[in-house]
Amino acid sequence: MRIGRLPARKTRILAVRYLGACVVTLLFLFPVYWLFMISFKTPDEIYHVPPLWIPGQIQFSNYYVLFKDGDVFAILNSLIVAGVSSGIAIVLGTLCAYSLARFGTGGENLAMWIISQRMIPPIAVVFPIFLIYVYFGLVDSYFGLILLYTAFNLPYVIWMMRGYIVDVPLELEESALVDGLNRWEVIWKVVFPMVRPGLMATSVFTFVFAWNDFLFALVLTRTEVITFPVMLTHYFGGQSNFWAKIAAMSVLGTLPIFVAVSVMQRYLVRGISLGAVKG
Amino acid sequence: MADVKLSGVHKYYGNVHAVRGVDLTIADGEFAVLVGPSGCGKSTLLRTIAGLEDPDGGTITIGGAVVNDLRPRERNIAMVFQNYALYPYLTVSENIAFGLRARKTPEIEIRKRVGEAAEMLGISNLLQRYPRQLSGGQRQRVAIGRAIVRKADLFLFDEPLSNLDAQLRDEMRTEIKRLHHEITTTMIYVTHDQVEAMTLADRIVLLREGQIEQQGAPLELFEQPRTGFVAGFLGSPSINLIPATLKTNGRDAAVVFQSGGELTLPSAKARPLASMDRREILVGIRPQHFSRAGGPLREGTVSYSATADLIQPTGTRTFTTIKIGGIDAVAELQAHDVSSHGERIDLAIDLNRVVLIDPASGLVIA
Repeated sequence: MRIGRLPARKTRILAVRYLGACVVTLLFLFPVYWLFMISFKTPDEIYHVPPLWIPGQIQFSNYYVLFKDGDVFAILNSLIVAGVSSGIAIVLGTLCAYSLARFGTGGENLAMWIISQRMIPPIAVVFPIFLIYVYFGLVDSYFGLILLYTAFNLPYVIWMMRGYIVDVPLELEESALVDGLNRWEVIWKVVFPMVRPGLMATSVFTFVFAWNDFLFALVLTRTEVITFPVMLTHYFGGQSNFWAKIAAMSVLGTLPIFVAVSVMQRYLVRGISLGAVKG
Repeated sequence: MADVKLSGVHKYYGNVHAVRGVDLTIADGEFAVLVGPSGCGKSTLLRTIAGLEDPDGGTITIGGAVVNDLRPRERNIAMVFQNYALYPYLTVSENIAFGLRARKTPEIEIRKRVGEAAEMLGISNLLQRYPRQLSGGQRQRVAIGRAIVRKADLFLFDEPLSNLDAQLRDEMRTEIKRLHHEITTTMIYVTHDQVEAMTLADRIVLLREGQIEQQGAPLELFEQPRTGFVAGFLGSPSINLIPATLKTNGRDAAVVFQSGGELTLPSAKARPLASMDRREILVGIRPQHFSRAGGPLREGTVSYSATADLIQPTGTRTFTTIKIGGIDAVAELQAHDVSSHGERIDLAIDLNRVVLIDPASGLVIA
């Protein structure tokens, strides 16, 4: 009798767990669902009381307006700025990390000093940077934002990649050196494949940081390279909020991150857990 | 094919003087084993030959050319590492071909050489697998395969069998020896295992604290050690070192144990000791030079009666702990020579092969 009851009890526990997981998932997904639904609604439907769970008909006029007015260029700007700055930070940061990990560049404390740059509250430096940017004419330019995001992402990339590179067995590199590769080829053909999951995870995080940045983009852009988060704020008016535009723009702004994370998901889990196990 | 010549090689790690002026010549086609306790500098020396470490002094010559300023890849050497150093993201075949691809060898040639190496090492059926799907022994075969396809001038082995279990280690040792017979390339092999050193080497180079303690053929080192350290390092179980005092009288000499009892040395051993009366010495008797007494004693052999203490049968031989000169010594006897703890046994000790060591200098005096 006891043996028979045990699986039943286990099944019940499992059922409760699944139910709990479903509730939590629904709770977290609801705002996203609501965002998507608003983006497809007409103004009447948006303000309808009681709220409409599903729009009467799926219509794309909210998106059409964004394309017609050229607001979507903000997404393009964000893609360029975040993509290029992440790319540069990853390449430079990985090389720096290799140097720190393998040649002990700068002694034991340099890596710590580098990551400490990331601990500065951005608001503390935004105005000095603004003044410098004005002086050098970098305000409202791709170059200015890319430079800044690269600088802010570099410490993170160096710190993360250093950890991953230290975990690559040194013998693999030495064996490759003896077998006929030079140091650059060793990095490309041995270290890179070994740290790929970590590299992918780090890339996603640097991209997301640059994509989501609001503070610097707000202060350092005017009209030319407005990024997606700054563009969103234009829809919050003193008199009224353009909920349809906000929702449509937010959906467009969420998609690249959604795609990036989906594509990299395999690496993300491995990359993050690699770092975690290392301790 | 190449000979290797080291002269006055030094290497420091911070304040640690890891290699202290090593002079060493290894002939073309020779199998040299660098052996010694951990921290003796053997791996450092190997890595210096490979170019993975820069020497802080001295010159390294491979095949007549000084290679001090050459990068590892310019030295045309192949190296096998302790942890195999296989690339986990490449198949066995790609791992073996790695060095050839790095040197832009034509694909047809690569395929041919990988096939030959796999055949030679019996891993032809594993070529499409990944390293994680292989056992330790198979991985080490792949690592060796990667070295032999390169047709390098010089093979370096850095403790290649240390991660394998005992049985596999014996197997791979035999294979490495056979490999050397087949490809006759100069090989330098680092190990801390004296059995590996004895069985593999044409020449053993025994290192201690960054210096060469003694080098020579395996049996030469075993039978004619230059120092007590060499005598103690080679041989298993270790040589028994018993403190004693010399007693000489004209041409005759005997060792007197501090706890009482004495052994008369054969005349060949006694000859160089004439002027050393009352010298404190260590008497080195290898466990193999004890035997169960029976029948007349041979020239230079003395009888010794002892009580068997610990008995450790290995199947073929039985290691028996006895008291001699007040200390515990191990005698290696035939399997059934001793049967029980406390048994009184009559032993014969072959004093022709005893080693007498000056405890102050550590040098062997006879």
